[in-house]
Amino acid sequence: MSGGTAGLGHPLAASPAAVAARGAGALAGARRRSQATAVADAAGTAGWAARDMAVLAKRTLCRMITTPEQVLNVTAQPIIIVLLFSYVFGGSITLPGHGSYREYLIGGIFAVTMCGTAQGTGIGLAIDISGGLIDRFRSLPMSRAAVLAGRTLADLALTIVAAAVTAGTGLLLGWRIHTGPADTIAALGLALLFAYAASWGGACVGMLARSAESAQTVGLLVILPLSLTSNAFISTARLTPWLRTVADWNPVSVLATACRQLLGNPDPSAAIRSWPMQHAVLASALWSAVLLAALVPLAVFLYARRVQR
Amino acid sequence: MQAALMIEARGLAKSFGPGLGVSGIDLQVPAGTIVSLLGPNGAGKTTIVRMLATLLRPDAGWARVAGHDVVAQGRAVRRRIGLTGQLASLDDCMTGRANLVMLGQLSRMSRRQARARAADLLTQFGLESAAGRAVRTYSGGMRRRLDLAASLVGGPAVLFLDEPTTGLDPDSRRALWEVVRRLAREGTTVLLTTQYLEEADQLAGHICVITGGRVAAEGTPGQLKAAAGPAKLIISLAPGADLARAAAVLARRAAGPLAAAPRPGYLEVPVVPCAGLVTSVIRDLDEAGVAVNDISLQLPTLEDAFRGLTGSAAAGLPSGDDAVSPEAAEARARAA
Repeated sequence: MSGGTAGLGHPLAASPAAVAARGAGALAGARRRSQATAVADAAGTAGWAARDMAVLAKRTLCRMITTPEQVLNVTAQPIIIVLLFSYVFGGSITLPGHGSYREYLIGGIFAVTMCGTAQGTGIGLAIDISGGLIDRFRSLPMSRAAVLAGRTLADLALTIVAAAVTAGTGLLLGWRIHTGPADTIAALGLALLFAYAASWGGACVGMLARSAESAQTVGLLVILPLSLTSNAFISTARLTPWLRTVADWNPVSVLATACRQLLGNPDPSAAIRSWPMQHAVLASALWSAVLLAALVPLAVFLYARRVQR
Repeated sequence: MQAALMIEARGLAKSFGPGLGVSGIDLQVPAGTIVSLLGPNGAGKTTIVRMLATLLRPDAGWARVAGHDVVAQGRAVRRRIGLTGQLASLDDCMTGRANLVMLGQLSRMSRRQARARAADLLTQFGLESAAGRAVRTYSGGMRRRLDLAASLVGGPAVLFLDEPTTGLDPDSRRALWEVVRRLAREGTTVLLTTQYLEEADQLAGHICVITGGRVAAEGTPGQLKAAAGPAKLIISLAPGADLARAAAVLARRAAGPLAAAPRPGYLEVPVVPCAGLVTSVIRDLDEAGVAVNDISLQLPTLEDAFRGLTGSAAAGLPSGDDAVSPEAAEARARAA
């Protein structure tokens, strides 16, 4: 109908899977065909959504590589915090029981660094949403969920780098993993799961913020108290009771404790009679699951609302 | 018969609060034509485009683009449209080529197809030499060209251009106009918003003047100009000439009351242009003994129409509403 489309079209409009399913269905009768097509279409849609997400994640990673200063908060920051707490504060902090503070510290810094991911998500999305690129994406026949999902996926990849930097710095300062590979992988998995959940929190902030600067401020206002009312840097044993309860249920504490347990590092929290401290691994997984269940739909809702303005 | 309508809207409305937004928007854009939404800043042009491009959900009314409903069949619409917004819709950390390849992949092309399409567009838009550079290093003109190329990645049947030449120098603007004309010749339907009268006049076969969130008038550039008021004879009298006598003579030829003299020694006479008009006026004045320095015929411009309609009418211009409403009514009746 229009010369403008000549020679371009959408050769992949019918996915190979859908075509194959239609072929199979023809042999087995009309009813089964429609069912098979519906299933294949659904699979095709999910496949496209996954590809869109991957394309956008690649874009975000590409930005991170070309502007590395934007990701200093997850690459350089862990080194700085490890050094600060090892050398500046470490001398004044004593752990209940016996144990090296540096060995204790790294699990906490893992947890805090995982929160930092959310900051990047929030700022990145706040920049995107105030520019024109998201409008462009929304005018394409692509998956509408991919904008948020792609960003959080890319941030997850960045988190792996941050975890490696933290671990590397820790190893240089004498921190060691005292358990086997299975426990190590479990610790990393828990940390990444929490980072991914936090990243969706960052996405919510990005959708609410008027600018990148306000996303950064809001992010800091959440992350700073969350990190400091946890057992990331100190033991909660000497806190006043109500604050200790808060700290023991804080997801950052829970993750830090779970990492310490899984990696065989000093864990004074084992003496604390509170459910999340006694079941830190399970509690951390639950925390992340709850956060994901709440924050993913919230971020999607806020995104839909934001783009309608 | 008339070509199929590629954009059709009726009663389209979107409110952002009291007095903000658009309402009662009717549009009909036949395939392969260029239609312009012309209006001042804040008139609602972008809101209309965003609704048609499925970015905003209308509060009322309906619209079909490329035969699909923008609300119920959004994805089908998005398969057939391209959009160039006012804000730079490119990733400026990525290269020009990487931007186009990404958009191709998001338009459901394979990686290979997306690469081929990107190369093709970079050639078409003269951006091959800059293809490997990050977009943030591009000049304004190059960025705008890449932006337009980006909206063509999926081979759209309908192209929305929201103020495509704002901020461009005259050469870049003309080059972009040429591209838009070529696209329309090749069959793409173009809906273009602009605040530049010249741009609408140069490109569009049909113009909708948008002001205060409504279509204030529409028609061909010629119809809008005609509706803006009659042609005018501008007569510059020689020093010492009798103004009153000249006015009396000219009243016989005038198509309406003489406007107040815009400058001392000048007379403005509304006329219906016809063969021999200027000659007869000069002869009349000569016979009456009025000496004339200069005489010129001024046809109404789109600017007259625009200023009349958008309420920024300067003194001496005809009231836009009175002058245009019959034309607008006619245009609407014809469209319906």
